[in-house]
Amino acid sequence: MLGIGRSILNTLVSVVLTFLGLTIVTFFIGRIIPIDPVLAIVGPKASVETYDRVRIEIGLDQPVPVQYWRYLTKVLHGDFGTSVITSQPVLQDMLHVFPATLELAFLALAIGVVLGVPLGVVAATQRGRWPDHVVRLLSLFGYSMPVFWLGLIGLLLFYAKLGWVEGPGRLDVSYDDIVPAVTGMITVDALLAGEYEVFANALSHLILPASILGYLSLAYVARMTRSFMLGQLRQEYVLAAMAKGLSGFRVVWVHALGNVWVQLITVIALTFGSLLEGAVLTETVFSWPGLGLYMKNSLFNADLNAVLGGTVLVGLVYIVLNMLSDLLYPLVDPRARDRK
Amino acid sequence: MSEAPLLTVRNLRVTYPSAQGDTHAVRDVSFTLGRERLGIVGESGSGKSTTGRAIMGLVPPPGRISADELRLGDVDLRSLSERGFRRLRGGRVAMVLQDPKYALNPVMSIGAQIVETHRAHVGGGTAAARRAALEMLEAVRIRDPERVFALYPHQVSGGMGQRAMIAMMLIANPDVLIADEPTSALDATVQVQVLAILDELVRGRGMGLILISHNLHLVSAFCDRVLVMYAGRVVETCEAGKLREAKHPYTRGLLDSLPELGHRRAVLPQLQRDPAWADGA
Repeated sequence: MLGIGRSILNTLVSVVLTFLGLTIVTFFIGRIIPIDPVLAIVGPKASVETYDRVRIEIGLDQPVPVQYWRYLTKVLHGDFGTSVITSQPVLQDMLHVFPATLELAFLALAIGVVLGVPLGVVAATQRGRWPDHVVRLLSLFGYSMPVFWLGLIGLLLFYAKLGWVEGPGRLDVSYDDIVPAVTGMITVDALLAGEYEVFANALSHLILPASILGYLSLAYVARMTRSFMLGQLRQEYVLAAMAKGLSGFRVVWVHALGNVWVQLITVIALTFGSLLEGAVLTETVFSWPGLGLYMKNSLFNADLNAVLGGTVLVGLVYIVLNMLSDLLYPLVDPRARDRK
Repeated sequence: MSEAPLLTVRNLRVTYPSAQGDTHAVRDVSFTLGRERLGIVGESGSGKSTTGRAIMGLVPPPGRISADELRLGDVDLRSLSERGFRRLRGGRVAMVLQDPKYALNPVMSIGAQIVETHRAHVGGGTAAARRAALEMLEAVRIRDPERVFALYPHQVSGGMGQRAMIAMMLIANPDVLIADEPTSALDATVQVQVLAILDELVRGRGMGLILISHNLHLVSAFCDRVLVMYAGRVVETCEAGKLREAKHPYTRGLLDSLPELGHRRAVLPQLQRDPAWADGA
């Protein structure tokens, strides 16, 4: 029991330190980038007096450490300041847009893992033969194609030409405001409310951006799975499992894959983090009102509070993902259970 | 030895083709195995492990196996499908590998790995497999089978792991066991215990054992017969007790380079290899 308490303590300490580092970085980014926060508030036509008053109001006359301390206390209270564009607290804005991004990222990750892992396994077991080449080509393509280009081509093909999916946005206007927001993820909310028509429409809007974002993670997950699997297939326990007379299927998908998961957990956690980053471009192309679009708009309008708030949020997600993968390890690796 | 042999190998060849020409890992190896303990000795790369794997049908690609005769009891291994081989592996011919640290799956409990062999060959339910696995663990002299059944490989010692490995390979009662350096990764005292267990099980069940080792002392003490391999060929076959009377210069050289208690020598002679041995001289 002592060991578990200790490991929780370790995790907490590292979370706190990482968070402090994160806020320091965002704070200094805010100081360094050539955006004058005062100017962004008062506008270019304000008088010198107004400018100076606002400057003192938001505390820019204070020494830098004091400014950081104020910033940190505010952030810890969930106060990221007010957005210049929306005139709303940044936290409230983010809570409003983040579920849209989560919905997109969850489905994208599901696509990436559900398809990427088996593809990687097949590529490894068929190494050097055509399935391997197909998977590698697929991965390379996913790696190299800019996501906004894929997005536009996807829209052109599946929305404009074929009409298989709905276009940009999260819902058709006629379906707006039918289901109450519970999770903020429209597909989930629609299911909770039993509004299957809304669900179908939302899913039809979601599937293309999620597939395109998911394709990026698929490329990465498949490539990593392939290389982990090749490493595992060389291990002695694989030979032993075959010497026992197990089927090739069981040797690969139970014995070797069981060990691949141990290595894959971190990869999948990091993939989820990078999906949030990829979301900036995808959301812009698909007019998806999520965190990525919000940050892009804030950035283009010099809305510093919103940009920094979004950065802290993405950083927090990374911290949570790291904690989560630490917690998941013992589930797949008995050696990690003993280390705890 | 009057009954039909468990295993017949005649002119077994294992070849790895490559752009630079074929590599012959095993060349015209012939022997038969009865209910006895046969040792195969040789240096690394002499083809002894590959011989074992060829019998199991587990030579990694692009390796090619050919033989004039390769039969396990009445089964011709040369024309056997992968499916057919799978039924034999673990069921009629099994293999114990060198180091339990690597040869047991680290994310699967020891019990589950033993049960798996039972279910693949004997069938029956999980409960029956579990009972058999516990009995098998007892047979390899594990005092607390229930506890060890639930342990993971990293939680047991090397000796315990190797006994679990033996249990895993023998639970389906194979006729032939190939033990590839089964004690090389273990401490000297544990080696003796593991060999004793192996001996007891092989005799008790009337199995044929092929013990692959680089250790001449061990093989001559433990086995009935010894094959000496060099460069993919069997250069000499003799009774284990008469190894000292071996005639082939390679065997003589190997014996000569062994240090012995009570036999003081300032310099151990080095083995002088004659390229002609590789061609079967």
